[in-house]
Formats: sequence, C-alpha cells, structure tokens
Amino acid sequence: MRHGKWPLIVTFLVPPVLLYVAFVVSPYLQAFQISTTDWLGYSPEANSVGLANFKALWHDDYVWNALKNNAILLGLVPVLTIVLGLFFATMLAMGGRSGRAGVTGVRGGAFYRTVYFFPQVLSVVIIALLWKEVYHPNKGLLTSALHGLGLPAPTWLGDPSTAFWCVLAVMVWSNVGFYVVLFGAAMSAVPKEIYEAVLLDGASRFTTLRRVTLPLLWDTVQVAWVYLAIFALDGFILVQLMTNGGPNFSTDVIGVRMYDTAFGSETKFGYASAIGVVMFFLTLSVAVLSLRIGRRDRIEYS
Amino acid sequence: MNRRDILRRSAAAGLLATPAAGLLAGCASGGGGDKDDATAYKGTKSEQNPLGVKEDAPLEVVIFGGGFGEEYAKAHEAMYTEKYPKAKVKHSVTQEISKTLQPRFVDGTPPDVVNNSGAGQIDFNGLVSQNALADLGELLAAPSLDVPGKTVKDTLLPGAVEVGSYDGKFLVLNYTYTAYGIWYSSKLFTERKWEYAKTWDEHIALCKQIKAAGIAPWTYAGLHPRYMSWPVIATAIKLGGPSVATAIDNLEPNAWKSDSMRAAADAWYQIVKDKYILEGSPGLDHKQSQTAWCQGKAAFISCGSWLESEQKDVTPAGFNMTIAPTPSLGSGDKLPFEAIRGTAGEPFMVPAKARNVAGGLEYFRTMLSLKGAQDFTRKVSSLTVVAGATEGVELPYGLNTVVKALDASGANGFNWVYNNYYRKLERNLVDAACGEFFSGRTSPAEFLEQCQKGADSIAQDTSVKKYKRAA
Repeated sequence: MRHGKWPLIVTFLVPPVLLYVAFVVSPYLQAFQISTTDWLGYSPEANSVGLANFKALWHDDYVWNALKNNAILLGLVPVLTIVLGLFFATMLAMGGRSGRAGVTGVRGGAFYRTVYFFPQVLSVVIIALLWKEVYHPNKGLLTSALHGLGLPAPTWLGDPSTAFWCVLAVMVWSNVGFYVVLFGAAMSAVPKEIYEAVLLDGASRFTTLRRVTLPLLWDTVQVAWVYLAIFALDGFILVQLMTNGGPNFSTDVIGVRMYDTAFGSETKFGYASAIGVVMFFLTLSVAVLSLRIGRRDRIEYS
Repeated sequence: MNRRDILRRSAAAGLLATPAAGLLAGCASGGGGDKDDATAYKGTKSEQNPLGVKEDAPLEVVIFGGGFGEEYAKAHEAMYTEKYPKAKVKHSVTQEISKTLQPRFVDGTPPDVVNNSGAGQIDFNGLVSQNALADLGELLAAPSLDVPGKTVKDTLLPGAVEVGSYDGKFLVLNYTYTAYGIWYSSKLFTERKWEYAKTWDEHIALCKQIKAAGIAPWTYAGLHPRYMSWPVIATAIKLGGPSVATAIDNLEPNAWKSDSMRAAADAWYQIVKDKYILEGSPGLDHKQSQTAWCQGKAAFISCGSWLESEQKDVTPAGFNMTIAPTPSLGSGDKLPFEAIRGTAGEPFMVPAKARNVAGGLEYFRTMLSLKGAQDFTRKVSSLTVVAGATEGVELPYGLNTVVKALDASGANGFNWVYNNYYRKLERNLVDAACGEFFSGRTSPAEFLEQCQKGADSIAQDTSVKKYKRAA
C-alpha cells in the first residue's frame, strides 16, 4: 500500500496545487508587488514608490470612511444573520405547537425552508436590482406600503441617514436563507433523544436553544461567523449596484473604494492594490481572530 | 474528516477566494513591454491615401454599447471597407470598456479604435499621462473625404478640437455635439399657458405657479446628482463670463468659491428651500427621474442633448421635449440669456500602440465625412461635430430645439472640461456635494466649500497629472 501512495498523490494533488499557485497565489504576490508602485494601469511602466501608497492610505479620509462602514457591517451582519438563521432553523425543526409529544417543526416547514432559500438561488445582481425597486422613493413597495398606512416614507437609498441601513438589511436578507438551511441540516444531525430528554425535564424552547442546540451547533455557527465576517468586509457587489457608495459616501465600503480607484473614477492601480493588500490582511486577521475566540471543546455524540 | 472539518476547510478556502476577486487586476501587469514598430501596419502615403493606410491591414473597432447602439458603427465600418475592400474589420461591443481593455493596453495589443464612453470609461487623465493615446493631429490636417478643398479640421464645429486636446495635442475625438440645458415639455407648457422664464426671478415665479398647479417644478437624478452641477455652473458662467470655467478647469485656488459661483449657488438654493423639487428625487437614478419627468410629474430637468434618444421608449407621443438655456441671474450677466453650454462628447480614441494607427485615423476620417456624420445623425438622432451634417436630415422634435438653441447661442456658447481632465472630481466629489446640496442638507456656502475641498484634493494629489487651458 505504501508503495502506491506517491504516484496517487502526485497525480491527484500536484495539478490542483499548480493551478492554485498559478491562479491564486501568484496574483496575490503580484498584487503585493504592484502595491509598492505608482502603476497607472494602461502601460507596462511603473515606478517603485516603496510604501508611499500605504502612507497615502493612512491619510485618506475616504478610505477611513469606508473602513468605518465595513466595521459596522462586521459588527452587525454576522450577529443579525446568525440570530435570525438560528431562530428560523429552530422554529422549523422544533417550533411546533407545544404540548404535543415529541419534537416537531412548525406546520408548513418544508414550504418555509424553500422560501427562505430563494434569495440564495437569485444572483446577487438580481437581488440588488430587485431591492433598488423595492426602495424606489415614489412607487417602491416600501414607500407605497407606508403611504398606504398614511405614514411618511424616507427616500431610502437617497438619504445618507437611511441608505446604509437599507443596504445592510438587504445583506442580512440575502444571507439568512442559506444559514437557515445550514443550521437546519446541523440540527437534524443532533440525536432526537437529547431533545426528548430536555423536554421531559421541562426546559423551555429558549433554554433548549441556548443550552442544548447552540453548544451542539457551535462548530457550524463558528463557520457561519467566519463566512459572514468575510462577507461583511467585502459587500462590494450589493453596494456597488445599489448605491455605488453614495449618497455622499455614506454607504462606501473598502471594496468599492478599491474598484473605484482602479476602474472607476481613476486608474491608480498601484494605490488600488495597496487598498487590496490592506483588505487582505484585515480579512485574514478577522477570520483568524474569530476562529481563535470561538474555540471551544468539541462535543461528539456517537 | 467529518462534516464540520469540511465546512471549516471550505471556510478557509472562501477566505482566500473572496478578496482574490478584487485583486484580479494583478493578473494584468508584467507582460507586454515595448512593442516593435515593425509590427505596425504602414502603407504608402499618397493623395488618395493621405494617412498612409495599408489597404489590407485589419482594423479592430471596439464600440461602447450604450444609448447609441452599434448600428451606426457598423455603417461606418461598411464605409471603411467600401474604400478598403481587402481590409477585414473586427467589430465588438461592450459596456465595460475599462475592464475589457485594460489588460490589452498593458500587454501592448490594444484595438485600433476605442469608443471610450459610459460608466466603465477609462479615465482620460490616466491614459494621457501614460502616453497611451495616438496623436490625431495628422487626421486634422488630412483633407476631408467628401468636402472638397477642406481639411478635416475645417469641417469641424468650433470647440471640437479643444475638448479633446491635452497640452495642445489633439488626442481624443469627441464625435457628438452635445448641448447641456434645462428641458421641458412644450406640450405641457402650451396646455397650461406657461412660458419658459428668461430670468431667475421669473423662473422662481413660474416654479410657484407650476407647484400650485399640482406638478413638481423640478426633478433630478438624485443618485447621480452631478447632473445638477451643470445648470449651477452654467448660471455662474453666464453671470461672470467664461473665466469662471477656466478657473475651475485650471484648479485655481477658490475657483469654486468665486463671486459668480456664490451668486449661482444662492439662486439655485431657492428651488431647494421652497421645495420646488419632486419629492423622492434624491432616491431616483437618471432613468427613473427622467421617466418621472416624461410622465409629467415634474416640469424641468437638467440634461444633455442625448436625453431625447435615451427616453425614446417612454416619451409619450406629442410630448415635444424642448431644451432651453439656464435663466439669466439679472441684467448684469456677462453672457446673454441665449448662451448655452455646447461641447463635443462621445469620445473615440486610437491607442498609441494599436497596430493599425493609420487605419484608426482613416476610420475617424470616415466618421467625420459628411456622409458618415449624416448617417450617424439619421440613425441615432444626435448631432455630430461635423458642420452642416444636419442638412437634409429630418431631425426629431427635441433635437431640432437643440439645433436652434445652439444657433441662437452662437459665439456666446461656453464650456468647461474639468470633468475630462479630472474624472474623479466631477464623478465623485462634486457629485457628492450636489447630492447634499439639492436634498437640502447643506447650505450654498457649505456646498461650494465641499466642491472646493474636492478640487483642492485633486490639486494637491501629486500622482494626478495637471492640465491647463487658456481662457
């Protein structure tokens, strides 16, 4: 057996590693190199400027503003999405009427599961355009509903005080469905006897969720956390399509800043790469940190 | 490996993959290098072939897929192949000019003709400062294809060459001739017996009347509020003369806070203060606001002369859109009421490293022939920079008013180009300031302060090449 190992490894692992190096690792390294130049993107010439781009970044108010927005997203999107996802998944798995024997979900659970998953099936571009119409200040769904109730409606994406929250809501909305299914799958792997025992002991649903489900799902929640944190540091597509960072930079995120610097209003590819490098380290640290902080003893049931 | 390990590992993979999308730009650099001149196509210059086109050299044309479509370009290409039957023309259309072509510029293999337009336009400042564009001077000096005895330059409308010139070199052919003004529906105004106001006080009085009639006087593209910077700057130029624009273009200190700009901003603040703007406008994009205007929900909108073709599908029959200059502030205005901003737009360029530069220039000569220009105007209902190309072409209602407005404006016409020199200043910075101002969150003084701050940040940015133009 030992003899046959190496040919197998070489055949199956070397090509993917080579592809990975060529298409993922090398662009990364190149981006690091570009970030130390003043490359303007439309000629092969570039001068090395050392860390000047990073120095300029440090004093760039627009970058800081974008980072601030990313920080808010990082603080809110994962929490809201996971709480909502857990809540819906719990309801679907064990939210059925109390007083009945056993653990059942709410009626029509399969239907809800499908509906929650809808946003995941749609492309992000379609989600963005869909919500742009929902937020239409004159004839959008939200405005019409509020006006129908005789209430005043804000201009949603047109007002710096609401635009950011409107985008954040769409981010949560578009993500929740996936985590409902993810948590639901994890919950179905938890042996039913545990729940029945907890119910016999007279625990409420909330206690069950907090004391039993959550600890058993911890690994899954942690993964969700990392995914969502990465998403919150990016958020590029939704923001770019819905507001392009406006009004008055109130919804700007670091990804949009980078894109705008290279492909939008300027062609400063060197500077944009510097933003990308900063984004890379931020994402890396956030992911490592959340994996570290969330580390707990693993529970095995078998 | 259990399920959770898989999830955890895929999370790690996701971590690596997500930012990679943003770093894609990185793939593009490194290759290329200076291209050997020997690979460029060169023909023999003659009277028939003043630009030295190699008759069998292929020509690649990239067109921006916007409001003008691509049919007009196919017609121009057909005219080119009519003259050079052996040449193979490669035609392509994209909406993402910068993303599609950036790697090819770096690689040194750009197309021969690029219609650098739209939201994905490549910043001209970057292109010019990297010497990525071919000098079109030879084209200007060449004889026109079908106007005997005149050079191409002689056939162009005034101002067409200046707009595409950087430090005196003509690098960008702006093919259309665009007027910027205030639009209204003649039908609506005739029905209601309103008359377009020539002075600002009358304009405000008219707004009051319109509002009383249950129609919002104004609407604007709240998500692209720079559209409203145009009438403000135009009002200031008419008050203080063209030097107001020169100062802004040359990034002179406090150019945005000149007395004329102050007076203009104060005047325009009136429509914000008195709530003469359609409710919800700050949340509309350009198409949504223009559609609201076409539906008669608002009386005025600020736009360029592409408006009519952009709104073709939603304009009701007999709407009769009409362009008008901005109202005069008072009798002290340096320019008459008729003065309007007219400028060449829709940029076309030949990359310096294109293989068939001569073919690219010849293609421009075809576009600028009377035949080519007339065909364009007929197909897309827009004016070109070629003088007299509208003769014999039946123009739609709105475009007719544009022609009349430009005629009336004549030598009093004015323009500014800071948006060409420094795309970011208009697209991002002035844009944001206009958004705050016209939704009533900043005062006129704060508005100009924010614009000035943006201009100063460009002026201080040593990585941006600066251009100056004469008054």
